[in-house]
Amino acid sequence: MTGLMTLLDTEPVVATAGVELLAEALEAQGVHVQRADWRPPPAATVEALNTLVTNDVSGANRQAVERMLSVRPHLVDIVTARDVIPALAEGTFLHAGPPIEWDDCSGPLRGALIGAMLYEGRADDAEQAATEGRLLSLSPCHHQGAVGPMAGVVSPSMPVAVIEDAAGSGLAYATLNEGLGKVLRYGAFDDEVVDRLRWMDRVLAPTLQAAIRRRGAIDLQVLIAQALQMGDDGHNRNRAATSLFLRQIGAALLEGRTGIEDRAAVFRFIDGNDHFMLNLVMAAGKLAVDAAAGIPGSSLVTTMARNGTEFGIRLSGTGDAWFTAPAPIVDGLFLGAYTAADANPDIGDSAITETVGLGGFAMAASPAIVGFVGGTAAGAVRRTLEMYEITVTEHPFYRVPILEGRGTPTGIDATLVARTGVVPQINTGIAGREPGVGMVGAGLVQAPLRCFVDAVNALADGER
Amino acid sequence: MIDRVELLHGRYFDSVRLMQVTRDVTAVAGVDASLVAMATDLNLRLLDEMGFDRSAVTAAGPDDLIIAIRATGASEADAARAAAERGLVGPSASTAGGLSAPPPPHTVVAAGQASAANLALISVPGANAYVEAMEALRAGLHVMVFSDNVGIEHEVQLKREAAARGLLVMGPDCGTAIVNGVGLGFANAVDLGPVGICGASGTGIQQLCCLLDAAGVGVRHALGTGSRDLSAEVGGSSTLRALAALDADPAVEVIVVVSKPPDPDVGLQVERAVAACKTPVVVALLGEADVTLETAATEVLTVLGVPAVETPVWSPDAPLTPRDGALRGFFSGGTLRDEARVIASAGLGPVAVDPTAEGHRMVDYGADEFTMGRAHPMIDQSLRLDALSSAVTDSATGAVLLDVVLGYGAHPDPVAELAPVVMGASPPVVVSLCGTRRDPQGRERQAEALRAAGAEVYLSNAAAAHRAAALIREAAQ
Repeated sequence: MTGLMTLLDTEPVVATAGVELLAEALEAQGVHVQRADWRPPPAATVEALNTLVTNDVSGANRQAVERMLSVRPHLVDIVTARDVIPALAEGTFLHAGPPIEWDDCSGPLRGALIGAMLYEGRADDAEQAATEGRLLSLSPCHHQGAVGPMAGVVSPSMPVAVIEDAAGSGLAYATLNEGLGKVLRYGAFDDEVVDRLRWMDRVLAPTLQAAIRRRGAIDLQVLIAQALQMGDDGHNRNRAATSLFLRQIGAALLEGRTGIEDRAAVFRFIDGNDHFMLNLVMAAGKLAVDAAAGIPGSSLVTTMARNGTEFGIRLSGTGDAWFTAPAPIVDGLFLGAYTAADANPDIGDSAITETVGLGGFAMAASPAIVGFVGGTAAGAVRRTLEMYEITVTEHPFYRVPILEGRGTPTGIDATLVARTGVVPQINTGIAGREPGVGMVGAGLVQAPLRCFVDAVNALADGER
Repeated sequence: MIDRVELLHGRYFDSVRLMQVTRDVTAVAGVDASLVAMATDLNLRLLDEMGFDRSAVTAAGPDDLIIAIRATGASEADAARAAAERGLVGPSASTAGGLSAPPPPHTVVAAGQASAANLALISVPGANAYVEAMEALRAGLHVMVFSDNVGIEHEVQLKREAAARGLLVMGPDCGTAIVNGVGLGFANAVDLGPVGICGASGTGIQQLCCLLDAAGVGVRHALGTGSRDLSAEVGGSSTLRALAALDADPAVEVIVVVSKPPDPDVGLQVERAVAACKTPVVVALLGEADVTLETAATEVLTVLGVPAVETPVWSPDAPLTPRDGALRGFFSGGTLRDEARVIASAGLGPVAVDPTAEGHRMVDYGADEFTMGRAHPMIDQSLRLDALSSAVTDSATGAVLLDVVLGYGAHPDPVAELAPVVMGASPPVVVSLCGTRRDPQGRERQAEALRAAGAEVYLSNAAAAHRAAALIREAAQ
């Protein structure tokens, strides 16, 4: 009974949710009141939330997020995709987001698949590729231990980075980033795009492979943590991380035995692409979310990914099931004369960064890109602060200087999203709607609430 | 249409900033297109695609800034160029705000963490209350669930969780509580005193507080347990815990348990717990005409050795005139209605609760059927006012009895709306005024306005009920 005296012994300090008049009545008595800006969750979640709250998901979520945070992602090698991803050896192409059929593919995904077919020699020209595309066997990157930004297309001959869990046994893969503008991942497929991919296979991959093998593994988590101190969010800004990567790899590149022109070209290529590190940050995230998957009863979000048509999520406790909704349009800033009318709906696996506490969740660390969130540093801080309410923990390594070094909000709990209506904020690039156009802008997108409503219901159904 | 392409060496801006500037420049009247960007390969290509002449920027590199403007004329281009400079030099957007305003919490747990709260007051719709309450308990908060319509299975789970964590759940359907003199929900302003109340009934607790206040006795705590706490399913969980907590508080000199008659087995448990208390306990199980809130208050005064006082009555200048007809009661408090009904039916025979019944009737406008989708009648009187208005002009009405509940959470000036209706009433009007001397509405002012309108006003609900029944009987004789 001593516990009750904590109520009767002290002046009440009251947290309220509901009728405003009752909060006002307390304040009229001089009581310190903290109101919740409570809003009713969607009616379709009420039963499911009751079930999940009765069962108490917090233990399972803690377990899942601990696994997520126990991973130590190290970049260990560059290899050819078909040698490490069995599905590719059988001729399957991978793509971003939830499963999709050719006929449902948006412009940029279709464009990227066409480009990859040309690159692989599976078609002689774009027209033939467009006709034969529906014969392709497709699989989400996420089903094959991989992640890809934007269209996220991985075809058998592409070089991929190998990220290994130094604290466990997991592996994750990502293609190497091609740069901005007309690139495959934004659905461009002309000769220049394919030629660049070939150069990446012929020069970039072996040169980097040799440098990494000479130097030894690169600890990506340390690198990302430093980049956050230098103004990156890990999604829309990777300038600091890319610079740090070049410092890490620089000496080993110099010591390489291939021609100096090639090594210089590799250095210039990475230096000229602020997003080079994005793919590696994503793969580090993939390693983490795969470790967190499969905890019974856990409502922790282990995947948020978009294929340009649908936005999909997966939970730790609902196996391989995807919960999807139409991909939203990104609210953003546009390059040159492009406008929202040119924008494709949201696309890419890059929301993996938000899934592990980066990107929109680390917005407060990245004052340089506050233009995406209303233009003020205060707005950026607010975005990050809002995310703490839907996350399970704070990241032990990814810290935000302006928040006095507080860890980023990490590990999205789908029940909290459904309860609060606060949806994950995702920083992202914007692909052109038409195949071949490429990047048209960048901005902010909100994960559709419906995915979380459906996921929470499925999790509750499994528990009844 | 004129094109201007300018190159500024060595002026680096972040690309996001430049996209914003481009947007602002393009928005200038008369500007057809613009590009303000670092001269990277990508941006040079964009410049080409937009149809600008690239010869002006042949020697450009990624550290150089391009400003390209296409406008309908020279003055428009000048305006655009000025807009570009403003964008580059000035703040990127409205910088109002600052870093200090955190976003509001959305759950009661988050609100609790933001304020180091020890108590959660939950008044969300009943269907949503369980989730908030359970999570609040798990976060170590005591909980008051003001909401009704919470499933009894959820009430059982909440109370089990609270017991395991050494916490107290007040409610669900707990309208009134007082903790250390602080009123929660609908509560009258009391002096901090030696009385600790544990009750299933909101207006029962309020009436008791008011009667004690009239005798100069204050209340330290009033712990609401919820209307179903003493049912077999719930097993008296909150009552037993509240009783023990009040007994353990040295500042509490007398405990009062107010309830409807409990489930027999639960009643036995409560009796045993009462017997085990070191503090004197007054038990008032309402339901019989001889057990009222007034008799309970008198017992408390006896235990404390405080002399009883006449409870206040405010009489109109012209005495009430009995007239033939049925007794019509209009209540906002369920327990006040129940108590009045027991008293009236002892003298008058059956008193219905249905608002359409022909004979004597007393309606509780705070019952679920009247509060679906609208505020409680202590806050929003409109439904009760409508019924009252038609009753006072109805020749079948022999006397009107109504309650007026003051205190925190209630209507800021209920009599302002009631007095005009009372003023024009043909039948006599008796009011049960539930208020303390310190209530924010001003009890004396409220009483005086009712009295001036011709009503007879009683602080004691039981006394008001006796008086109303007597008026009907007198007319019949």
